[in-house]
Amino acid sequence: MIVPTLPAAAIDAPAFSTIRFRAEREADWIAFDALLTRLEKRGAKGLSSEELLQLPVLYRATLSSLSIARATSLDKALLDHLEALSMRGYFLIYGVRQSRLDRLARFFARDWPLAVQAVWKETVIIALIIILGAVTSWSLVTSDPQWYYSFVDESMAGGRDPRATVEFLQATMGHGKAAAGEEEGALHVFASFLFTHNSGVSIMSFALGFAFGIPTMMLEFYQGINIGAMVAVFTSKGLGYDFAGWLFIHGTTELFAAALSGAAGLRIGAAVVFPGARSRLQAASDAGRTAGKVMVGVIIMLLVAGLLEGFGRQLITDTVTRYAIGTAMLLFWLAYYYLPRREEAA
Amino acid sequence: MSAASNARERLARQGKLRQFITPEGVDLELRIASSGLRFGALIVDLGIMLVVLFAFTLLIGWLGYSSRSDVFESIWLLGFFFLRTFWFIGFELGQRAATPGKRLMGIRVVARDGGRLTADAVFARNLIRELEIFLPLMMLGFGAGEDRVSGLTVAAGILWSLTLSLFLLFNKDRMRMGDLIAGTWVVMAQRSKLDQDIAAETDGAATMAFSENELAVYGIYELQELERVLRARDPRAMREVADTIRAKIGRPVAEEDDVFLLSYYRQLKARLERKLLFGKRREDKYASD
Repeated sequence: MIVPTLPAAAIDAPAFSTIRFRAEREADWIAFDALLTRLEKRGAKGLSSEELLQLPVLYRATLSSLSIARATSLDKALLDHLEALSMRGYFLIYGVRQSRLDRLARFFARDWPLAVQAVWKETVIIALIIILGAVTSWSLVTSDPQWYYSFVDESMAGGRDPRATVEFLQATMGHGKAAAGEEEGALHVFASFLFTHNSGVSIMSFALGFAFGIPTMMLEFYQGINIGAMVAVFTSKGLGYDFAGWLFIHGTTELFAAALSGAAGLRIGAAVVFPGARSRLQAASDAGRTAGKVMVGVIIMLLVAGLLEGFGRQLITDTVTRYAIGTAMLLFWLAYYYLPRREEAA
Repeated sequence: MSAASNARERLARQGKLRQFITPEGVDLELRIASSGLRFGALIVDLGIMLVVLFAFTLLIGWLGYSSRSDVFESIWLLGFFFLRTFWFIGFELGQRAATPGKRLMGIRVVARDGGRLTADAVFARNLIRELEIFLPLMMLGFGAGEDRVSGLTVAAGILWSLTLSLFLLFNKDRMRMGDLIAGTWVVMAQRSKLDQDIAAETDGAATMAFSENELAVYGIYELQELERVLRARDPRAMREVADTIRAKIGRPVAEEDDVFLLSYYRQLKARLERKLLFGKRREDKYASD
């Protein structure tokens, strides 16, 4: 930094004065400002290659001006401008190091599956909770059908309760005569409704995670309860095999996604309760970033599940095909997430 | 303004400053955005979203009505979902890391560790928003819809969900629940135009000379307040400030206010900056010269 010692006689025309400092450097700041504005508006494509090369030079010149100005100048407007300009420059220059396409490709190739791998313990726990919920409600409803009414909301059930006839239940699965024609027109509406609804539930189950994961686990348990009660109704009428197929075609994807969203929530809850050697804040934000990646994946999975449920399930009525699709989807997800990946070349 | 309140104000300003050192070794001194600005930004964003949703609904309604197809029903459902979920995420992923509301308020999202703001952090902080905004609303709706639940239960539920939503009021970094989990915070990112150097102007106006004693009464704080008044160019404020300074240094009212203030500003600035070069920083008039 230049801090010249001034001879007493030269005070009227000092070698260093803030006026001269500004006059010498102002052009750099204006040029940097103009480049940044174009970069913000049009991205890196808006700049020629010479301008791109100039960018870091001007950035460093501005930062050095800021340091000098802080030590020598009392002009508030100048200081504010340099601070704002340096900050903008810092975030633009250090902010993005990859193109959007690169980032997207990297997300699908590595970030997403690796994040899901990282929460495998939580996924197992949540899966067990869902199964526990399902088994509990299945055994309760099988032993006493009255339980069904306290588990499943009437509007959700849509008449699929223990009093329903075999024919009616068959019809709800797309078998028999009653099913045809009626619903087909609105398949996509149904699919998009399911997608938005399920995403909402998953986001909630993730977001509730930080309350030590307890609301998350309750929500997932409740999902299991719903499934178990439904299954019990169908098995009691001897339709268990068909119903499982009806559920299986999209259920493998949807329930997997539900388990992952719960796992993401649980990961955050666990990080808050047991931060380990890190500070609680650090642990929470580490967990949050992993969970954030998982959640992007969950929303994509739910989109797939919505399509399978809205279109696939209504159009494919053969139970064996339903099983085949459901199994194929499950295998696909498992392979995508858990097949070991090569270590990244540094 | 007394010395005590002056010092308190400076401390409060420093309480909002966070060290943020670039790889070049310069501290950018980020300032945490106040809760009022955050709330203002949210209101602006929700307002714009509402307008967009309204226009979108009208468009879809019109298209659906004229084509008599129910495709538009699902387009609307999906559109609503994407608007609600990706409005914040989409804008914060952009170069300026701020939604329109945040831009208007001059604030932006920054990664707490000084690294770059990653997409997963943006997703995490905004998915939590679902909870912060909609949980209290859901509790409210739940209370209105169900008669079985007592008012007390509903109040407790709303209170509980509000503590989540208002989490940012309870920590000094003004972090939302989502900021906490994503490892981000929201800081001031105001742009300020490079204003002209008022100390360097040579407009040929007759300048007055002040003695060392006349300049010795003020410090940096007063200098920068004077600069603010000079830049604002409000004649009444200038008159008031000029009269105060004249009374303080015992000068009669002899010349125009702006000439007086500008000459005083230039000479005071030159004096204080000269002292600064020798390592003496006089914060305000209460500090020793």
